Amino acid sequence: MSLVRLAPRIILLLLVVGFLASPESFDFVFRPLVQANAPAIYNQGDLAALTLLHVRMVFIATLFATIIAVALAILVTRPFGAEFLPLARTVVNIGQTFPPVAVLALAVPAMGFGNGPTLVALFLYALLPIFENTMTALTTVPPNITDAAKGNGMTPIQIFRQIELPLSLPMIVGGIKISTVIGFGTATIGSTVAAKTLGEVIIAGLQSNNLAFILQGALLVAALAILVFDLLSMAERSLMKWKAA
Amino acid sequence: MHKGRGLEKTGVLMAALILVSTFLLPFIVVKPNRILEGQGQMLIDALPSVSSIALAAALVIVGLCLLLRLPASARLAIVTAALLAVILALGSAANAGLPPGNSYARVSPGSGFWLLLFALSLAFIDVIAKLKLSPTVRLMLLLIAIVAVGGIFASGILADISVMKEYANRADAFWAEMSRHAMLALGSMLVAFLIGLPLGVVCHRVSWLRAAALNMLNILQTIPSIALFGLLILPLGWMAAHIPGAAAIGISGIGTAPAFVALVLYSLLPVVANTVAGLENVPREANDAARGAGMTDLQRLFSIEFPLTFPSLLAAIRIVLIQNIGMATIAALIGGGGMGVFVFQGLGQSAMDLVLLGALPTVAMSFVAAIVLDALVDFSKAPGSEVRPA
Amino acid sequence: MIDIQSVTKRYGGKAVVDSVSFAVPEGTIAVLVGTSGSGKTTLLRMINQLVSQDEGTILIGGEDTRNIPGHELRRRIGYAIQGHGLFPHRTVAENIATVPRLLKWDRTRINARVDELLDLFQLDPAAFADRYPHQLSGGQQQRVGVARALAAEPKILLMDEPFGALDPVLRGKAQDELLAIQKRFGTTIVVVTHDINEAFHLGDTIAVMDKGMLLQYGRPIDLLKAPATPFVEGLVGAFDRPFRLLALDTVAGLIEPGEAQGEPIEAVRTRQDALAALMWSGADALPVVSTDGKPLGRVRLQTLLRQAVRPQ
Repeated sequence: MSLVRLAPRIILLLLVVGFLASPESFDFVFRPLVQANAPAIYNQGDLAALTLLHVRMVFIATLFATIIAVALAILVTRPFGAEFLPLARTVVNIGQTFPPVAVLALAVPAMGFGNGPTLVALFLYALLPIFENTMTALTTVPPNITDAAKGNGMTPIQIFRQIELPLSLPMIVGGIKISTVIGFGTATIGSTVAAKTLGEVIIAGLQSNNLAFILQGALLVAALAILVFDLLSMAERSLMKWKAA
Repeated sequence: MHKGRGLEKTGVLMAALILVSTFLLPFIVVKPNRILEGQGQMLIDALPSVSSIALAAALVIVGLCLLLRLPASARLAIVTAALLAVILALGSAANAGLPPGNSYARVSPGSGFWLLLFALSLAFIDVIAKLKLSPTVRLMLLLIAIVAVGGIFASGILADISVMKEYANRADAFWAEMSRHAMLALGSMLVAFLIGLPLGVVCHRVSWLRAAALNMLNILQTIPSIALFGLLILPLGWMAAHIPGAAAIGISGIGTAPAFVALVLYSLLPVVANTVAGLENVPREANDAARGAGMTDLQRLFSIEFPLTFPSLLAAIRIVLIQNIGMATIAALIGGGGMGVFVFQGLGQSAMDLVLLGALPTVAMSFVAAIVLDALVDFSKAPGSEVRPA
Repeated sequence: MIDIQSVTKRYGGKAVVDSVSFAVPEGTIAVLVGTSGSGKTTLLRMINQLVSQDEGTILIGGEDTRNIPGHELRRRIGYAIQGHGLFPHRTVAENIATVPRLLKWDRTRINARVDELLDLFQLDPAAFADRYPHQLSGGQQQRVGVARALAAEPKILLMDEPFGALDPVLRGKAQDELLAIQKRFGTTIVVVTHDINEAFHLGDTIAVMDKGMLLQYGRPIDLLKAPATPFVEGLVGAFDRPFRLLALDTVAGLIEPGEAQGEPIEAVRTRQDALAALMWSGADALPVVSTDGKPLGRVRLQTLLRQAVRPQ
C-alpha cells in the first residue's frame, strides 16, 4: 500500500495513542461541548486502561470464536460432516438475525453481571460471520482445482492444507474482520451490564448529560474499529497477492 | 448422500441435546420472588409423577425417532407435537410448582427447558430446510405458527410462568413499547430509503461521489450505537430550541427523535451500497436496448433499472430491518422507548424475567422479519412471478 | 502398459461405464472419444483411481491399481485436465513442482526439472517461473498444466480434454507439441476428447465410447475401414470433411524416402486416391512412382492421415 493511502491511518493511530497518553492536552477540543463547570475529559477512570480492556475483550472473544467457527466449518465441509451442512447454513442464516442486545440480555441470567456475559455475547455473535465465511470459502474452491490436486497425488490432508485452506484464508480473514468490527461496537453495550469497556465512558456521558464523554467514547471505539478493519484488510490483501499481482 | 443407510447424523446431535436437557438440567426454576435466585427442578420432579414419566418417555422416543431416517413429513409431525407438549408441560409445571397462596413466588423456565426448545427448534428447522418449501408455503407456515403461539399465550396455559406475570403487570406498556419499537424500526427504514435511494442513483452515476459517500457511511457504521444515539442529543436539542416548528413536529434532544435519526443513519449504508450494486449489475445490453428503443434517462431508470435492481433492494430491506429491530432496543437508554425499556429496566432491577419480556419479543420480531423477507426474496427470484414492494 | 479388464462403474444402479476392456501398449497414445455422458471421462478417472470401479480390474505395468494407495498411484501418473486446474495461489514454478515436492525430491533437482520443462514448453524460466497462473494467457496456462503433469517423469500421462479451452490454432500447436514430447519421453498417454479430428491427429489407437459401452477400439485406419456400428460410422463421418481436402492436392508433396510393398501410385494422383489405395490394400505405405514409372519413394498412411486432420 502506498504511503499516501497509509498516511490517514497513521495519523489516526498517532491521534489515538496521543489522546490516550495525555487526554488533558485535548481539553480544548472537547471544552466547547460541555457546560461551564463540567469536566471536558472523562474523569471517572483511566481511559487508556479502559481502551486496553475493551480491545482485550474483543480480541479474546474473537480469538475463541475464530477457533471454534473455523473448526466447525471445516467439520461440516468434510465428507464426515456433510450431513450437517444444510442445517449449519440455516442456523447461520437464522442466528444472524438475533439482535446483539438480546444475546447480551439473555447471557446475563446465565452468567450474572460483569465481563462474563459480554464476553459470551461477543463470542456467540462473532461465531456466525466467521463460520459463514469459512464455510462459503471452503465450499466454493473450484472443483477442477481440488480435482487437479487429487489427480496429482495429494492426500486429503495435503489437499486441505496446501490448496483449500490457503485459497480460503482471505475470506476467513474477511469474516474475522466483520466479527471484530461488530464486536467493538457491541462491547460498548456490555457496559450496561457492568462490563469494563469504553461503553462506561459513553454511559457516564449519557447519565451526566456530558456530550464530551459520549464523543470521547464514540471516537475511541470508532477509531479502534477502523484501525483493526484496516489492519485485517491489509492481511486479507497480502493473502491474496496471487490474485492482485 | 447415503440415503436410507445408517443413522441420521444430525439426529444424533439433537437426540443427545434432548436427553441431556430432559435428564440432567432443570426444567423449571422456582424462585421465592422475582429477584432472588431460585431452585432448579428436573422434568421428572416438576410434573405430577405419571405425566412426568410419560413426557420423559415420549421425549426419549422423539430422540430415537430423530436418529432414524424417517420421511420428512413424519419428522415434522413428531417434532411439532414434541414442541407443543414441552410448552404445555412448562405451563402445568409452573402451575404445580407455585406454592399455593404465595403471590411473590415465581416459576421461570430452566436451562433444561431452553435447551429442549433449542434442540426441537433445530430439528424443526432441519426438516423445514430439507423440505425445500415454496415461499408461499413458508409464509403460510409462519402465519400458522404465529396464530398457534398467540393461541397458547391467549389460552392462559403459560400464565403462571414468571415472564407472563411480568407481562400481566404491564400489558399496556408492553404493547405501547412494542408498537413504538416497530415504528422506530420500520419508520427509520422508510426514511432511509427515501434518502438512500436517490443518493444511491446519484452515486451510481457520479463515481467520485460513490467512493466518498460509501466511505463516510462505512465509518458511520463503526460508531457504536449507544454513542451515536447520545451524540445526536445535542444537535437535535439545538434544532428544537432554534428552528421554529421543529419542536412542534416532535424533534427534541432526548426521546425518540435521536434514536430515529441514528437508525436512519445506520440504515443508509446498506441502502446506498445495495442500490449502487444493483444498478451496477443491470446488464449493459438491457440499458443499450432501452436507449435504442428511445427511452429517456428517467424512463430507463424507472422501467429498466429499478425493476432489475429490485432483488438487491429487497436484500437491503432485509439487512436494514433486522439491524434496526436489534438496534431499536438501545433507544431505551436515551429515553427513546421500545422493547429495550424492559431489557434495561430488568437489568437495572436484576429482574431477569423482565429482561426476557423485552428480549424475547425482539428476537421473535427479527425472526418473523427474516422469514417474511427471505420468502419475498425467493418470490423476486422465481421466474415469472411478480412482487411489489410492501 | 495399461490393461483395462471388464471394468464397470455404476451410479445409482445405472452403468456409466459398462464392462469395458482394452489395452494401451507402452509408449503409444490412446484416445477415448465419445459424446458427453459416454463414460469416457469416468473411464479415464478410473485409471488413476480418482474413481474406483465397481467391477473389473485395471493393471498398470502388470500391477492391480487397487493394490496401490490412491495418492501414491496418482503421483506416478501424470494428470492434466481441461481448464488446466492450476493452483491460483502458487506460482508457475510451484505449480510445476507439485508432484516432485510430494515425492520429496531435493530442491536442486526440483529446480532443474522445472527449468527443463519450462524450456521444453518454450516458456522462459526467468520470465515465467515466478508468475501466477492468472498472469498467463490461455495457451500458456495449458502448457504449464501439461508441464505440471509431466514434472515427475511419469511413465503414463492421463489427459481430460486438455486442449478444450484453446482456440483452433493454439489447439493444433498444442497437439503437435504433445506429439513431440511423447516421442521424446516415450510416455504412454491416454487422452479424452469429444473432437474426432483431435482423436485422429493424436491417436495411435482410438476407443469410441457411447452410453458407457466401448463400441470399437483400434487404429484410426480400422475405424475408417470397418466402423463397428452405425454410431462409429457417424462419428468418423464427421472426419469426412477434412478428408475431402485431400482431394485438392497431389501425392507429390508427401513423398518420403524408403521402400514399400504393393501396387505403386503415381505422384500426380490426388492424396485422396492414395489414401483409398492404402485403405483397400491394407498396407501402411505404398511406393510412389513418377508418370513414367520411375520410383520416387513411398507415401505413408500415417502421414496422409495427419495431413487430413491438419492440412498445411
